Amino acid sequence: MNQIIKRRVITRLSSIVIIKILFLSLPVVAEQLIPTIDDSVEAFIPAPPAEVIATDAVYDQGGAVHLEWQLSPDDDGSAGVYNYQICRQQEGTDEYIPIDSVLAGVSSYIDETVEPGRSYQYIVAVNGDCGSAPSEASNVVTPNIEWLNFGLSNLFVIGLIICGSVIYFIAHAKRGKKLFIRRIAGLEAVDEAIGRATEMGRPILFVPGILDMDDVQTIAALTILGRVSRVVADYDTKISVPVSRSLVMTAARETLKASYMAAGRPDAYSDDMASYITDEQFGYVAAVDGKMVREKPATCFLLGAFFAESLILAETGNSIGAIQIAGTARPAQLPFFVAACDFTLIGEELFAASAYLSGEPKQMGSLKGQDVGKGIAMIIILLGVIATTFGNAWNISLLRRIADFLRTLFEVG
Amino acid sequence: MDAIGLWIGAFLTLGIISFLYKDNPWYKLSEAIFVGVSAGYWFITLFWDSIYSKFYIGITDKGDYYLIVGAILGFLMLLRLVPKIGWISRWPLSFIVGAISGFYLINYFSSNVMRQVANTVMPLFSTEYGQSLFTAPIGTIVANIIVAGGTFTGLVYFFFSKEHKGAFGVTARIGIWVIMITFGATFGYTVMSRMSLLIGRMDFIFGDWLGLIK
Repeated sequence: MNQIIKRRVITRLSSIVIIKILFLSLPVVAEQLIPTIDDSVEAFIPAPPAEVIATDAVYDQGGAVHLEWQLSPDDDGSAGVYNYQICRQQEGTDEYIPIDSVLAGVSSYIDETVEPGRSYQYIVAVNGDCGSAPSEASNVVTPNIEWLNFGLSNLFVIGLIICGSVIYFIAHAKRGKKLFIRRIAGLEAVDEAIGRATEMGRPILFVPGILDMDDVQTIAALTILGRVSRVVADYDTKISVPVSRSLVMTAARETLKASYMAAGRPDAYSDDMASYITDEQFGYVAAVDGKMVREKPATCFLLGAFFAESLILAETGNSIGAIQIAGTARPAQLPFFVAACDFTLIGEELFAASAYLSGEPKQMGSLKGQDVGKGIAMIIILLGVIATTFGNAWNISLLRRIADFLRTLFEVG
Repeated sequence: MDAIGLWIGAFLTLGIISFLYKDNPWYKLSEAIFVGVSAGYWFITLFWDSIYSKFYIGITDKGDYYLIVGAILGFLMLLRLVPKIGWISRWPLSFIVGAISGFYLINYFSSNVMRQVANTVMPLFSTEYGQSLFTAPIGTIVANIIVAGGTFTGLVYFFFSKEHKGAFGVTARIGIWVIMITFGATFGYTVMSRMSLLIGRMDFIFGDWLGLIK
């Protein structure tokens, strides 16, 4: 018992001694760890940036101000400068509010949080190790709405040339001159496909894609529907147009109605020819697939904008032995149509289809006008590539200038 | 409740997959439920997103009175239901088609035509000014030739005003070959992404429902 008490007393005494030694030695250790402040060295505060210039961003809706400044002389890549703080004073207030910051080495900033018609002034403060240094205030800038975007002048001129060509060729066609359009295999097959359905006594299925009327492919598809339904009305064949958008249903019904009236058979038209199914992509596909296997159409038109459902629809059509004419401008879906359909309209051919099928002067003229645009593009590419390749290789400044000029013609600001 | 949803989901998934065998009552039931539920869901979504959030809140809270123009056009569409004045519904339709065509024309033209042409004007065999021919890496030379040549020959293929005969026809044929090779690459790439959809459903069946995949 005595030995236990003795051991406890020794343990306690030794703990007290250790703690005292530690406490006594702490100031000594602290002195060694904390560096002494040398009063002769000044705290590093970087020199402020200079010449802060604020300008209204050009050709916009008055929603942006472009800022530029000269970097702080101390911003030379060393670790002393952290960033630049952008501060803005709004008209009618007397204080600068920080709005954003940019990294060291950056000497410009676009403020896209301004309102048109209000005046602003800016200060750029550089932040360093021991403080920050603000610049002089910038000039006052008032962002304005620009009604014309002169950065798109080249687009306007090329657009004018193409539109002028379209008008010229329309007038040309209206005078009775024949306009040549090369054979497009997929479109040659349209009449044949409708005739086949008529002979077999089976309906035609027309799917105008799954996007709304805000997609040009849907509009192109409905234009082709106009031509197809005209022939269908003449042949007295059944046609079914299931759609996934209510607006497309309305437009499809109008198209069908106009075609049946033009064919002199308004009585044969029915609103049921174009029916809305659902906006849901795969719900729509499930319904169209069911329709295909139950009604067994002899001909399927899959024209318009498609996504993952393209192969499902094309494969189902293939499985029921229907002749299929497909077309889309979506590159990711075209391979599936090429693999599973009899004829495929590739991109531009879809848009050319209505002109090709109808042969109307307006549409033919439009197609010819577009060809003028393609011709210009081909010439520019050919000349530009030759000029830049040989201008580079042989260091001929004239060729390089020509190449730069041609490139600039098509660069959009 | 979750278990019931899981069983219904599995039942409908298998119903849709049963179409691979042939059209059958199970598929018809799944299809009808899918179409009905999704149509109802979209109706509610569009009502709250467009009519309530955009139009009603826009007018009452934000004072965006220009939205009334859209509402009037939408109302005119409904006049189709009145046979005598149904023709008025063509006006908003014409407005939508015309306005959208004009609006997207600039975007399509600048991205699909202008930028494409500007980016195709490139040196084929060198990368910097003053370099002699064939100084660029072989990979860059091949890539440049494919981009410039492919764009040019592709344009020739889509030129409708001239018969594809002679040198023009050969160039157009090269163009369609380039397009088809691109389609081949796209086909493989897209099939792989579709496989992930299938894997997702299989994971649901064998993992979430049957618990065979942990």
